[in-house]
Amino acid sequence: MEILVASAVGILTAAGMYLVLRMRTFPVILGVSLLTYAVNVFLFASGRLTVGAPPILNGATRYTDPLPQALVLTAIVISFGMTAVVVMISLGAYLGTDDDHVDDMPDADADAAQEDAT
Amino acid sequence: MSLLLIVALPFLGALLPGLMNQAGRAACSGVTFTVTLAAFIGLMTNLPAVMAGDTVLMRVDWIPTLGMNFTLMLDALGFFFATLILGIGLLIIAYARFYLAREDNMGEFFTYLLLFQGAMVGIVLSDNILLLLVFWELTSLSSFLLIGYWKHLPEGRQGARMALAVTGMGGLSLIGGMLILGQIAGSYDLSVILQNRDLIQQSDLYLPALLLILLGCFTKSAQFPFHFWLPHAMAAPTPVSAYLHSATMVKAGIFLMARLWPVLSGTPEWFVLVTGAGLITMVLGAVIAIFKHDLKALLAFSTVSHLGLITMLLGTGTAFGAMAAVFHIMNHATFKAALFMSAGIIDHETHTRDIRRLGGLRHLMPITFAIATLAALSMAGIPLLNGFLSKEMMLEEAASTVLFNTPWLVPGFAVLGSLFSAAYCFRLIGHTFLGAKRDDYPASPHDPPAGLWLPPALLVVLVVVIGLAPFLVEPAVKGITTAVLGGAAELPDAHIKIWHGLVPALYMSIVAVAGGLVVLALFNPLLRLWNATPRPEAKTIFDALVAGVVSLSRLLILPLHNGAFSRYGAVMAVAVVVAGVYAWVTGTIGAPDHAVQVAGPIEIAGFTMLVAAASGMVLLHRNRLLSLILIGIVGLMVSVGFVFFSAPDLAMTQITVEVVTTILMLLALNFLPNYTPVESSVLRRTRDGAVALVAGVAAAGLSFHFLLRDPVAASISDFHLANSYKGGGGTNVVNVILVDFRGFDTFGEIIVLGIAAVLIYALTEALLGGPVRARLLNRKPDTKLAGDMHPMMMVVLTRVLLPVVMLVAFFIFLRGHNEPGGGFIAGLIASIGLVMQYMASGYSWATARQRYPHHAVIGAGVLVAGLTGIGSWFVGKPFLTSDFTYVRIPPFEKFELATAALFDLGVFLAVVGAVMLSLDGFSRLARRAHIKESEHPMDINPERMTDEELKGQGA
Repeated sequence: MEILVASAVGILTAAGMYLVLRMRTFPVILGVSLLTYAVNVFLFASGRLTVGAPPILNGATRYTDPLPQALVLTAIVISFGMTAVVVMISLGAYLGTDDDHVDDMPDADADAAQEDAT
Repeated sequence: MSLLLIVALPFLGALLPGLMNQAGRAACSGVTFTVTLAAFIGLMTNLPAVMAGDTVLMRVDWIPTLGMNFTLMLDALGFFFATLILGIGLLIIAYARFYLAREDNMGEFFTYLLLFQGAMVGIVLSDNILLLLVFWELTSLSSFLLIGYWKHLPEGRQGARMALAVTGMGGLSLIGGMLILGQIAGSYDLSVILQNRDLIQQSDLYLPALLLILLGCFTKSAQFPFHFWLPHAMAAPTPVSAYLHSATMVKAGIFLMARLWPVLSGTPEWFVLVTGAGLITMVLGAVIAIFKHDLKALLAFSTVSHLGLITMLLGTGTAFGAMAAVFHIMNHATFKAALFMSAGIIDHETHTRDIRRLGGLRHLMPITFAIATLAALSMAGIPLLNGFLSKEMMLEEAASTVLFNTPWLVPGFAVLGSLFSAAYCFRLIGHTFLGAKRDDYPASPHDPPAGLWLPPALLVVLVVVIGLAPFLVEPAVKGITTAVLGGAAELPDAHIKIWHGLVPALYMSIVAVAGGLVVLALFNPLLRLWNATPRPEAKTIFDALVAGVVSLSRLLILPLHNGAFSRYGAVMAVAVVVAGVYAWVTGTIGAPDHAVQVAGPIEIAGFTMLVAAASGMVLLHRNRLLSLILIGIVGLMVSVGFVFFSAPDLAMTQITVEVVTTILMLLALNFLPNYTPVESSVLRRTRDGAVALVAGVAAAGLSFHFLLRDPVAASISDFHLANSYKGGGGTNVVNVILVDFRGFDTFGEIIVLGIAAVLIYALTEALLGGPVRARLLNRKPDTKLAGDMHPMMMVVLTRVLLPVVMLVAFFIFLRGHNEPGGGFIAGLIASIGLVMQYMASGYSWATARQRYPHHAVIGAGVLVAGLTGIGSWFVGKPFLTSDFTYVRIPPFEKFELATAALFDLGVFLAVVGAVMLSLDGFSRLARRAHIKESEHPMDINPERMTDEELKGQGA
């Protein structure tokens, strides 16, 4: 089982990494989402793997580690917020320039013009 | 009145002018005046104690572990400065009421002014030097706002920036100096520091501390070589110049030197640095001032010169020098503020401050003439006015000061400074008011309304009264001087008198005044000489310096931060690799503690699905819709994994988040291209694949290794398991951690979530307000749309589901403390129920029926959570301490009431608001021009069809 979880983390990382290295925004966002899964599972696994012992107190003698769960729970919710922001930013960039490349370098001339204006 | 209240009043009052802005100019300035007056009266209630020689103290512990406490102290020196700040503040407020034009935003102005005033009072009343530093920085910031108040003027913005850069930099070095000083003395309280003169002066760290502190004082008080920012700050409205740049802020550096005089002065380093800088500043300022044609620039440089004079006096380290300094601070504040206000009046009436365009104004503005002339003569050091008295004391002190073993140096320069000082005063009077009346003023000048001339007139009355009857202020000056000396030296047995006999100072004074007249007589040839002499322009140097720093920063930052996403990715990857290699090389690894658990067929099936979906994403990522579906499978499998490994809360969260994320991505995909073209070369793809593979293997290897081993340190989880029910009143430990043990984290968490949602809202607004709007409205869909956008079945189904979903959310919320569930999950479920309505009946239909704006829901959530936390203060417990009890209301079973549930309610609301607001932003972009918004929940509804139409459909 440890092998499965560890390799799942590895595969999610690898897939996420590959997509993050693409040149368009949408695959990059999906790649980051995959990396988020990988990180969340990794953090969760730091409590080690326990089957059938949820941290709900019921008189049992063995519970799984609740702390990584609490951390990952908030991480999941926050990652939604962050994904939403990033998606909106990439959408704004695409709508504004008709281009969804991630490496759209800022125009040096436009930069200089802006500085002159201030 | 309590010292705390005196400091707090301007800050609290700063809210009022902004609020009163709509009520008119009189109300706006009236309320500012009242606040200042209240603080002034409060200060005066402490006069008896201060006169008795007591020190009023007020102490509130703030961060005692850092030695940072809110301790305030009022002695004669602080009282004197506070009186200057608040007293002149009152006059300035009255003056500004009439000075500011109708189109100026008065509320903004007075808000800044009060902020500044509060910060200034804070400086002079602080006992804790760390607190003093906070106020010190606040004056820099508020003065930045005040100097740049006329935002449309480039000089104003540049001047504000320069002032902030110079004084802010000085502030930083002051922080360093003060920290060293506190370390030496072992306390950050001035009352303790001032007792430790020997300890501090004998310390090896005395010199660094002195240098850093002096850097702070010199920048603030515009001493050479930092004098250049002050004249540029004169782009501010005149009330600001009069208030900040003559009477108060620039005296903050002087104040600090006077405050720390007992412990810092008297050493050769102090003497050379302070007296030297003061002397140079005094002469240089005076020389530049005389050739300035702008009235305010002339006054600005004269202020620089006078600040130099005071600095020089403090530098001598003798008690008499300190007394002269105190007296000159008092006198300078009176005549210089009056002069600035007069310059403002002239500007206001003639629409110019250029001396070359003025002259003969005495015929047209007799009142202003009288005020300005008296003040200027006082500044020139003419007898029977207060400036004469302190200048005599200065010359007397200079005559007995020997710098660098050269007896003539200090007296010579002092006379030279006074000479030019007298000269520019005479020029000010002569070239502005005297001479023939001209007929080419830009406006027709006449005396202003009393509101403008009364404040300077009051100051000039003081100038004359002190000048004629110095014995009136002598006790005050001596009292303040005693406070400055702080027991480090005896109060000098000197008296402030108009006639001291034929002492050297008198001859020096006569030389200075006579010389001043000569310089004025030779003004035109001297001006030609001055213009012909090349000299460094401070602003050019400063700008070049700033440009140099900027290009240096670019050089350092641009390689890391060039705006390209791949660069950031590379930087991060390198950092991770470096950290990983370091850990690998330095770390040790023991034998495995666990045996590998055997996986059953179902686990393997789930794992296979996850692997298949992830691999599919890599292979098929060009088809964006498909990859979105595949990532859904990944998310689902992760949730299933969470359930399997005893994390029901996580699974519920993951699966609900999955739903909203997918909806969000679909909304975004609506606008983005549906396919990713092939762009990268095979080589590049191979490289990326290799990088990804290495990363994956590393992550897998790391995970596998630690999964088989116990943690090296004991986990705090056992504490949570043991105390969850006992202390938190809940059996779901994860939820108790979220709302109780780590409630503060969660509180921050929901705030971040709310900010993210508001950010999306702001981005949407910006997009819709820009050129994108037209494109969005007229865009053509790339695929054919369904004819029935709001199908009846979906509308009916979601409508029926809504109460069920809400009930489920409510149930999940309530059980959260003891069973899997809680605010986060309930919030996500409720959001999904609401989003379904949007999907079924369209954005506009749903929005029209939305009763509470999403922003308000987020705000309410954060507020509820925050107030729950604050509630524990009222029972004397720290923030977010929870409590619970069990109650029984027949006929129900016994049930639990916990404050944590209230906190969880806040979480619930914040999550609902944030999710809805985020999706709302995307939906708003989707509206288009050519699609009519329907007021009906569904497009096709048999009830709306006429009999004819129904027949046509075969009914």
